[in-house]
Amino acid sequence: MRARKTVKLRLYVADSAPNSARAIANLAAIRKEHLQFSFKLEIVDVLKFPLRALADGILVTPHLAKLSPLPAAKIVGDLSNRSRVLLALGVKR
Amino acid sequence: MRGVAVAKPLPKIATGIAGFDDLSRGGLPRRRTTLLKGGPGSGKTVFALQCLVNAARRRQERGLFVAFEESSRQILANAATFDWGLPALMKGKLFFLDARLSPEVVHSGEFDLGGMLAMLKAKKDALGAGWIVFDGIDVLLTLLRDPAAEMREIYRIRDWLADNELSAIITAKTEGGLSDAVNYDFMQFMVDCVVRLARRLEHGVSLHRLQITKYRGSDFVPGEFPVSFGASGMEVAPPEPAEIRHPASTVRISTGFERLDKMLGGGLLRGSSTLVTGLPGTSKTTLAGKFAEAACRRGERTLFVSFDEGAEPLVRNLASVGILLKPLVGSGLLRMYSARTESTAAEDHLAKLKALIREHRPRCMVIDPLSAIAKAGGLVAARAVASRLIYMVKDEGITVFVTAINVGDDPATEATELQISTIADTWIHLSYLIRSGERNRALTIIKSRGTRHSNQVRELVLGNAGPVLADVYTAGGEVLMGTMRWEKEDEERSKTLQRRADFERKRRELQVSEADTRTRITGLQQDLERQRSELALYSSGNEARIVSSSEREKELRRIRSADPANPNGGDGSANRGKKARKAVRHAR
Repeated sequence: MRARKTVKLRLYVADSAPNSARAIANLAAIRKEHLQFSFKLEIVDVLKFPLRALADGILVTPHLAKLSPLPAAKIVGDLSNRSRVLLALGVKR
Repeated sequence: MRGVAVAKPLPKIATGIAGFDDLSRGGLPRRRTTLLKGGPGSGKTVFALQCLVNAARRRQERGLFVAFEESSRQILANAATFDWGLPALMKGKLFFLDARLSPEVVHSGEFDLGGMLAMLKAKKDALGAGWIVFDGIDVLLTLLRDPAAEMREIYRIRDWLADNELSAIITAKTEGGLSDAVNYDFMQFMVDCVVRLARRLEHGVSLHRLQITKYRGSDFVPGEFPVSFGASGMEVAPPEPAEIRHPASTVRISTGFERLDKMLGGGLLRGSSTLVTGLPGTSKTTLAGKFAEAACRRGERTLFVSFDEGAEPLVRNLASVGILLKPLVGSGLLRMYSARTESTAAEDHLAKLKALIREHRPRCMVIDPLSAIAKAGGLVAARAVASRLIYMVKDEGITVFVTAINVGDDPATEATELQISTIADTWIHLSYLIRSGERNRALTIIKSRGTRHSNQVRELVLGNAGPVLADVYTAGGEVLMGTMRWEKEDEERSKTLQRRADFERKRRELQVSEADTRTRITGLQQDLERQRSELALYSSGNEARIVSSSEREKELRRIRSADPANPNGGDGSANRGKKARKAVRHAR
């Protein structure tokens, strides 16, 4: 068995806003379903670190950023459209 | 209802946008939200940015500019055309957030603006901002792809603005007949002030308009007003003030023509406006050039605006009639500005001239021809601009000289297309008189306020030494000019000579005849004397003769024994005369 591919992700949320909470839940489900990948996830609460989020170019929440492997990708929304998310993350073709 | 609401005056912030603060009676509502709506290119971004820039420059207020539609870079590039010094303000006073959602961003499900607003709050606190602009909120809202979500986010923004006590400007693109118009209606309800901007094409020139459609708790000037874009940004033309306040000077300045000055009772009044009308080629520009030259000669800063003719050819052409402007331009006293009137809105010309006046600070100004701005967009707009221009210049105390091409050649029924003849203080009309195959220029003063001016027509003669005004002759009720004037002048001259010669001759004749009479009188006097003495002698001689003759008769009678009955003998009388004369001779 090959070594699991590592996918670095960062999820920007607005504390416990409903769509932010849903985004966290949806992302957790994806991680469970795709164990062939090693997801490294950082969650940034823009309410706690607003200036950092601003510097990162974040506008709306929730916002999921795929940092590596390239190509990078940005997904906005509560990640409810799973096939789109998987496509953007390069998990599924 | 309004009267009750205005118990405490609504705090406002001046925008610094010329004209708008008058229309809005003080500016935008403080710590409240204003919606700017209008089609693409109607000036929403400029308005919003200018408010921010003015607040930063005049009151050291800081502001956030959130751009949803254009990149910050684009906005800054556009703003660089204005004299705002934006790059300097971006160091600590203004913050630009490029809030465009990249097209590469994948949409998956619902999102909101909570995060963005949290970030903006942090930035606002860090900067100490009092202002915020959301530019192009329609772009952001359409990303939500759900009318209900749009509504929800608008509410969120409203609450956030209220919590943060920011003075806010939200701009939204409105294109008639869009399905999401409902939300904008809602936004209009939510905000305290709504300003509508519009851009229309008229005669191939885009004209901008501004209208305040709502101002909660405040009075405002209703109606649509022209907007122009100058070096300092947007300007709104306020309604003309009902009261005209121009200082009335009694100082007179020269038109450059001594004779014209005399006709005008000493010259033009300082700070007055002069209109010169005439068909093309009647030397309106020459008159204007002479005025400018005279102003500079007095050491007064002068601005010469020429429409549709370049400054260089103009200077050259005027030099050909002896008006030398080049050294005056070189000395910095005279500023030449030429512009093409077409394809630029009249309003923008006005803004440009305002900027030039601020820059050059002229005491005298020429606009040649002002009528050209009628080509810049609609005639109605041009008329308003022309009159506002004259009022503005007069407010500055500048003596202005404008020319206008008139359509007809009858000054009585003539009205320039721009209808400025009523505003002008002095109106000089130039016309052609064609007679005997010649075309000559005639100058008439139609009116001159506050001046007892000449009613006479003068001929404008252009020569190498400069234009001069010449007398005209009227013959048989017709004005004579050119060659006919020369002929008439010649005739007048020879007539004068003739008269003088005639007079001399007559005088000499009279002298001769006087001398003659005198001589005759002397002769007659001598005659008189002689006759008198003769008479005296005669009288005394006669007495003696009568005595002697009677004695001689007696003697003769005695000698000849004549008949004594005939005392006066037949031949006696003849002899008596001879004898009497003999006696007189003897007596002498």
